[in-house]
Amino acid sequence: MYEFVSGPLVWISFIVFIGGSLYRLVSMHKLAKKEKVIYPYMSLKYGLRSIIHWVIPFASTNMRRRPLMTVATFAFHICLVLTPVFLLSHNVLWRQSWKISWWTLPEGTADVMTVIVILAAFFFLARRLVLPEVRFVTFASDYVLLAIALAPFLTGFLAYHQWLPYKTILILHILSGELMLIAIPFTRLSHMLYFVFTRAYMGSEFGAVRNSKDW
Amino acid sequence: MAEPAKEIVVDPGLDETIKKLTSEKIEKTINKVLTKGAAARLKVYMQTCVHCGLCSEACHFYLSHDKDPRFSPVGKVKQTLWEIVKRKGRVDGEFIKNCSRIAHTECNVCRRCSMYCPFGIDMAYLLLLVRRICALLGVVPQYLQDTVNSHAVTMNQMWVKQDEWIDTLQWQEEDAQDEVKNARIPLDKEGAEIMYSVIGPEPKFLAQLLGNISMIMTVAGMDWTMPSFDGWDNSNMPMYSGDFENMARVERKHFEAAFKLKVKKIVMGECGHAFRGAVYDGPKWLAWKEPPVPLIHAVQFYYELIRDGKIKIARKFEQPVTIQEPCNIVRGRGLGDMLRYIMRAACEDFRDVYPRYEHNYCCAAGGGVINCGPPWKKSRVEGNRVKAEQLKATGAEIVVTPCHNCHSGIEDIINYHKLGMHVKFFSEILVDVMEIPDELKAE
Repeated sequence: MYEFVSGPLVWISFIVFIGGSLYRLVSMHKLAKKEKVIYPYMSLKYGLRSIIHWVIPFASTNMRRRPLMTVATFAFHICLVLTPVFLLSHNVLWRQSWKISWWTLPEGTADVMTVIVILAAFFFLARRLVLPEVRFVTFASDYVLLAIALAPFLTGFLAYHQWLPYKTILILHILSGELMLIAIPFTRLSHMLYFVFTRAYMGSEFGAVRNSKDW
Repeated sequence: MAEPAKEIVVDPGLDETIKKLTSEKIEKTINKVLTKGAAARLKVYMQTCVHCGLCSEACHFYLSHDKDPRFSPVGKVKQTLWEIVKRKGRVDGEFIKNCSRIAHTECNVCRRCSMYCPFGIDMAYLLLLVRRICALLGVVPQYLQDTVNSHAVTMNQMWVKQDEWIDTLQWQEEDAQDEVKNARIPLDKEGAEIMYSVIGPEPKFLAQLLGNISMIMTVAGMDWTMPSFDGWDNSNMPMYSGDFENMARVERKHFEAAFKLKVKKIVMGECGHAFRGAVYDGPKWLAWKEPPVPLIHAVQFYYELIRDGKIKIARKFEQPVTIQEPCNIVRGRGLGDMLRYIMRAACEDFRDVYPRYEHNYCCAAGGGVINCGPPWKKSRVEGNRVKAEQLKATGAEIVVTPCHNCHSGIEDIINYHKLGMHVKFFSEILVDVMEIPDELKAE
């Protein structure tokens, strides 16, 4: 079982993740060309201006209005992306199979970052359950997506501390990580792919056409 | 979720038209709209929205309804477009009626929410798509549809006939001459520097504004003209009903009038939506990246006149004044600073509002909502309590707004919320305070 999930399934999930993401972006590009009014309005300067204002914490009005959400969102997304990439034990796997390695996070730091992802995920869950404006627009799929994002970190945390049967948790950890990779291009987790484009388009409209700010 | 009882609004534009719909027609129309013109943005926006609700507090309807989630931008999209997409267009007439109520009467497509969405999702665009579907199905609030019909038939919003139009201009020219000697409204002057265009309701209800511009242009010594023929009306209600074919006809006619008169530029009267139609939505639909003739809004025009000393201020307006910033020229064109410049130049006691500039609240009348008429008035003024509170906090007695929709909408809000203020266009202030040179003073 371990051999299967850590061997062929890894290949499959990376192929699906990368291939699916490319497919998503290419089909977006094709559709956008057909719509005719998208590309002529795109502006590099104003697109970047908008992206920059929305990837810096508290650089937009709405972020300043909701400090807790802003901190949670940034902490969640930064840790979610960086932890798996720079984790020591992931790096060891890369070295074993591909003979490549790179800088890694100190283990204690990675552990804290994992906890941050878990806590932020529960914060998002609480928001969904408690805030009426969020609950009103919540579908079952929103809980599923949150669970998909949370699972690799929860199981990773348990595996690292070896609190539960290690082998089982490890397999679950790998499986959930693979599930998340596969889910990115085909669910609304694809906001990861689209973020720069939707932002850049709105930034271009606001900057180049409307002569005003969008943050 | 149990729906609290909502006041039933009777509107034949919705109640009667849905009786003629069949489920095949609804499904066919929806699929045409969603797959033909709208594919890219709709698809990406649907795939990107994480249902976080962060756009909610951008909406004056949401804030004014004590944060009722049904009025948040994403809440409105959920009740309309998400459901339509989920059911693949298999919805019934009642559902379409509900869509029209939400998209035509409870959203001003003011685009404040796109500044609050972390992804910059254009929710106004999504609700315009809903309006597009409703319009193609013939389900549009009756008053709004009537203005659209007028545009389609007469090329102006108010069923104004050509002889009435010319007559009104001449009447106002004469009135202007009571104040300013030789005040003119030159008709069809080929090769003039400026073509001035207005919206249909000006000759219909607010003719004195035409007299005002005649005085201002004469005192400033401008070389200007107005068309006596179709194309004089720059307003565009089909843009808001969802009848984009007629929107394009109206915009094309407006620019063709400028071509015919061989003018260097168009100056538009104090109206926000007309500006949006001419500078953005119209050209976009016609596949022009920019308007084919340079075009500026009255606010910019007044700013240039005052800045360049072509109009001098004799004595400033004394009563405390504040402004209502029209979304379509401030969030939509960044004219907030010019508006403040002319206000400070002309008024002694200008009181700014908060939130302001791009972040100012919509008047709740724009986006065609006020044009949905009396049946929807109550919902509109109740939906903008925050505007009433915002204006009240300034302590001003006069609200100046360079937009017709804002003007009527704010007046309704003032009356309903008993603010005891008055609304004015900037030109009304300007003719009051500008210096009329001795040689132009009427005896």
